Amino acid sequence: MKFIRKLGAWTLLYTDRMGVMGVFLGKAFFYAVIPPLKMLRVLKQIRFIGFQSMVVILLTGCFSGMVLGFQGFYSLSRFGSDAFLGPMVGLALIKELGPVITALMVTGRAGSAITAEIGIMRISEQIDALELMGLNPYRYLVVPNLVAAVISLPLLSAVFDVVGIYGGYLTGGKLLGVGAGVYFGEMANYVEMADVLEGLYKSLSFGIIIAWVCCYKGFYTSIFTGFGAEGVSKATTQAVVMSSVLVLIWDYFMTSLLFG
Amino acid sequence: MIEIREVYKSFDGNEVLRGVNLSIRKGEVVALIGGSGEGKSVLLKHIAGLMRPDRGRVVVDGKDLEGLKGRALIELRSRLGFLFQGGALFDSLTVFENVAFPLKEKTRLSDDVIRERVLKELENVGLSGAEYKYPSQISGGMVKRAALARALVSEPEIMLFDEPTTGLDPVIGLSILQLIDTLHRRLSFTGVIVTHEIPRVFDIVDRVAMLRSGVVFAEGLPEDFVDSHDPVVREFMEGTTCTTIKGRVGKAAGA
Repeated sequence: MKFIRKLGAWTLLYTDRMGVMGVFLGKAFFYAVIPPLKMLRVLKQIRFIGFQSMVVILLTGCFSGMVLGFQGFYSLSRFGSDAFLGPMVGLALIKELGPVITALMVTGRAGSAITAEIGIMRISEQIDALELMGLNPYRYLVVPNLVAAVISLPLLSAVFDVVGIYGGYLTGGKLLGVGAGVYFGEMANYVEMADVLEGLYKSLSFGIIIAWVCCYKGFYTSIFTGFGAEGVSKATTQAVVMSSVLVLIWDYFMTSLLFG
Repeated sequence: MIEIREVYKSFDGNEVLRGVNLSIRKGEVVALIGGSGEGKSVLLKHIAGLMRPDRGRVVVDGKDLEGLKGRALIELRSRLGFLFQGGALFDSLTVFENVAFPLKEKTRLSDDVIRERVLKELENVGLSGAEYKYPSQISGGMVKRAALARALVSEPEIMLFDEPTTGLDPVIGLSILQLIDTLHRRLSFTGVIVTHEIPRVFDIVDRVAMLRSGVVFAEGLPEDFVDSHDPVVREFMEGTTCTTIKGRVGKAAGA
């Protein structure tokens, strides 16, 4: 009986929180499409989420591609198909690894910082101060991050793909001997526009997930995770874990339902 | 101007406000006193519309906050200033940018006019020269002054002060109270000051309300509180003024 009561209370609590989260996203979309848009803040966040994540994306993209080049070559050469290294690396990066790893890197680098910043603003009453000035905190804190993430993620993902493809060529081509003509030629034969669009749609949706979860966790810091530095720290951890898990779950559903 | 009628509020089953009634007239400054955890700041946030009561009504200038949403709520809030306990300055902006923020975002004033008004307001609160410092680079007293300048730059009709002197040394605390008094004379706002600064706050307020056990336990002129024979009020007054009493005793003993 006690177990059922606990289960009921847990269900009610999390249903309520999911509702709050859903309403939060709805409001963010609403204020994103209804002007005015705080363009300066959007540009600032594009710089933070996009431009300042470039080094991380270049490094991870390059090494992911290089690993794919090695692994792909050794696996494919077992079947005498090492000529297909280019398409394999290209498809894996463009359809899957590019959007997903970019999303995970941005979550760790920028998402956590967004949650911490908004969380600190919440516990130090800066969000209350905004509201009391008659200003909408969604327009100042949530919408710029949402718009910036939706713009930045596909671009970062594209950079990741390009760098990864060259990384794959560096190991598979330069080190292991697959010719540039074969590597890039076969890639051009097998990678289609639909594959590029699949990656684009995925990174767009990952941008929404990251901005949504990270802003939400910061916005409700004192309510759901407690007060003070501990509350912010919990909110930041939860934001990173939740964003990463949601990105992977959503990736599965997108792949299986939309592109399966 | 402000009517609080039978307001109840609880958090996780803990009832903080249990039917608070209080009326504040236009242009009047009321001190809200009481022990820690009695719900003074909670009541102040209800007046600002930052919290909604479980039961009861908060009416500001004839408008019930319960039914107020969207544009109407924004309009009411633009007539209201709030000095937060910790200042709540935006820590990524300088003092100047903080004070200019409400004017830049809510008015169509030119940059020159905004600059003039901000510098004037900073001069009024004694912060000339600290315009380009960040909140983390100035003292607690200066943060409170900057927050006061930001709250007052829009010339609000109602000012709510949440423990404006907490955490400050007695001299700076007194200067903040004097500043509030000076600004009230200049702007004639209706004010509510949540404070433990007793009896010093009595010099600048028109009335005092004491919260205890979730209700307004006592209400009256500052003199009524000083001369009160009610044991609870006396205990609170003597508890908060023991430094002064000891000082007097010490002087008498020395003499």
